[in-house]
Amino acid sequence: MALAKVRTLALLGLVGHLVDVEVDISDGLPGYTLLGLPDAALSESRERVRSALLNSGLPWPNKKVTISLSPAWLPKSGSHYDLPIAIGLLAAQGVVENTVPETLVLMGELGLDGAIRFVRGVLPTLIASLAFGAKSAIVPVENYREAQAVPGLQVSAFTSLTEVVHFLQTGNSPIQEVSQEPEETHDFLDLIDVVGQTQARYALEVAAIGGHHLLLIGPPGTGKTMLAERISTILPVLTPAESLEVSAIHSVAGSLATRGLLTRTPPFVAPHHTTTTTAMVGGGSHAVKPGAVSLAHAGILFIDEAPECASGVLDSLRQPLESGCVTISRAVGTVTYPASFLLVLAANPCPCGKFNGRARGCTCSSREIRNYLKKLSGPLLDRIDIRAFVEAPTRLEMASEMHGESSALVKSRVVSARAVAADRFSGERWSINSKIPSSELRGRFKAERSAMAFLHKELDSERLSARGFHKVLRVAWSIADGCGDIRPTRSSVEQAFLMREGSFL
Amino acid sequence: MNKQILGAQGEEAVFHYLQGRGFTILDRNWRIKAGEIDLVALTPNDEIAFVEVKSRSSLKFGDPLEAITADKAYRLQKLALAWLVLHNMWGKEFRIDCAGVIFGTNGKSEIDYRESVL
Repeated sequence: MALAKVRTLALLGLVGHLVDVEVDISDGLPGYTLLGLPDAALSESRERVRSALLNSGLPWPNKKVTISLSPAWLPKSGSHYDLPIAIGLLAAQGVVENTVPETLVLMGELGLDGAIRFVRGVLPTLIASLAFGAKSAIVPVENYREAQAVPGLQVSAFTSLTEVVHFLQTGNSPIQEVSQEPEETHDFLDLIDVVGQTQARYALEVAAIGGHHLLLIGPPGTGKTMLAERISTILPVLTPAESLEVSAIHSVAGSLATRGLLTRTPPFVAPHHTTTTTAMVGGGSHAVKPGAVSLAHAGILFIDEAPECASGVLDSLRQPLESGCVTISRAVGTVTYPASFLLVLAANPCPCGKFNGRARGCTCSSREIRNYLKKLSGPLLDRIDIRAFVEAPTRLEMASEMHGESSALVKSRVVSARAVAADRFSGERWSINSKIPSSELRGRFKAERSAMAFLHKELDSERLSARGFHKVLRVAWSIADGCGDIRPTRSSVEQAFLMREGSFL
Repeated sequence: MNKQILGAQGEEAVFHYLQGRGFTILDRNWRIKAGEIDLVALTPNDEIAFVEVKSRSSLKFGDPLEAITADKAYRLQKLALAWLVLHNMWGKEFRIDCAGVIFGTNGKSEIDYRESVL
């Protein structure tokens, strides 16, 4: 029989679709037809597969070859179809058993010499394959560790096509090198390096406790970036489920090797302010790749010099900020990636950067200053719960030999405060303060009577919007959790109010 | 080996091969302005087979049949129709076959014959 079927998967976002690679070899003039909406990289597979087969001493059929990637309506992209196509061709020619098991999933790009090369997205693909009843998988050796993270799948990794053929013929798998336990990436960042900044440090801690978005404003060189980079050191480590999800996203983006498989540290992503909307939220014409917001999922998205961003880029953050995921529609389909992150924006107080409330050396006109911060649109700023001024450390602080608190110390407080919150919210749909629904803030999760009175007064005097009212309460809960109060007191609400206005302490 | 001689030898080999399979050869190297048909034969099933022969002295430059491009196939179809019209056989069942001939170093030929390829 000159017909064979091999299985692989197509990945659309993080959703896998089972793809049957059907190979038919019939008499007729030599020719090669690939059906099933292949993209450019996939159309090129013919040349790679042909050279790989011939250079591995395996037969290439000089006949009419028809390959169908089914379902035909699903656009397919990428180079991981090379290996299933090659094995399909060999099965159709009878070189390997024609009945390649249906529970076996193959993935891999072929080199011209028959080497099997690294492909993106192996982790989410194999996770998805489980839903289709896959029992075993063949992957490139460079994807072995990633593939092993999928529970309940018999994974074999190979370096060359001949090895795969040998394996399928005899069932003898090559001896796999024992994979090492994933090393936790050692972060050398520590809050201890930051001089002074008591106010900003506290803002960071509260943001970390409740998962509140944060805006840091300060002159250049005062440590905004330094502080932001250190937030991930005070956040609790990811849960195994979160870490798997983050690894899956990074696998699709091809950045798993740099991030490290199943790393428990929350990701820190800092796109440059010249970044495009597509790079920020994800996209691309063939494969819809995750953007910065998804790479920062369960971690921190830091945008330095935020007012310099193209306005559309910042506003594109509104949907993920609201819903915790991004939905991108392209010709290939609609893709949803998780994008629940802690947003940290940093901005200079004015275009020249020297304005710090006392106007020392600032050469900007008041209109310039107004226009500069106006670039952060109202709806975006409204989603930011905490504003903190980062001021130049004083001479006393610089000269002092006393260190600030270390990340470990702050983290331990954040972790215990989060535990208190998680305990309070057990059985609810949310577990951190920034996610308390508005109605609950007016009902079960009210602040103390005097604190509520304070807020109502501010509301009456129109210094606080309805949204702001709820935001202040959420931050107040985080402050209360930080100091061990069972309910936000008047002082924590006042403090939260000032933090929202950006003028506290 | 000269290209023309190689081609002629290839056609000769296919000619004998087809006779051996019981084909009646109707025409050889039929040529008009638009091109040439290498062999025209009547098959045992009373079909007319138009045969394009491609010869190579080795497989070094790929399979001889790979040399038949879409363009060449389109020309073959037009020529076949022309032959049928000019021989008053319009309406008869016909097909287009291709034969790839490889001459080994020992002078022996190997024929890869494909029926109804277009």
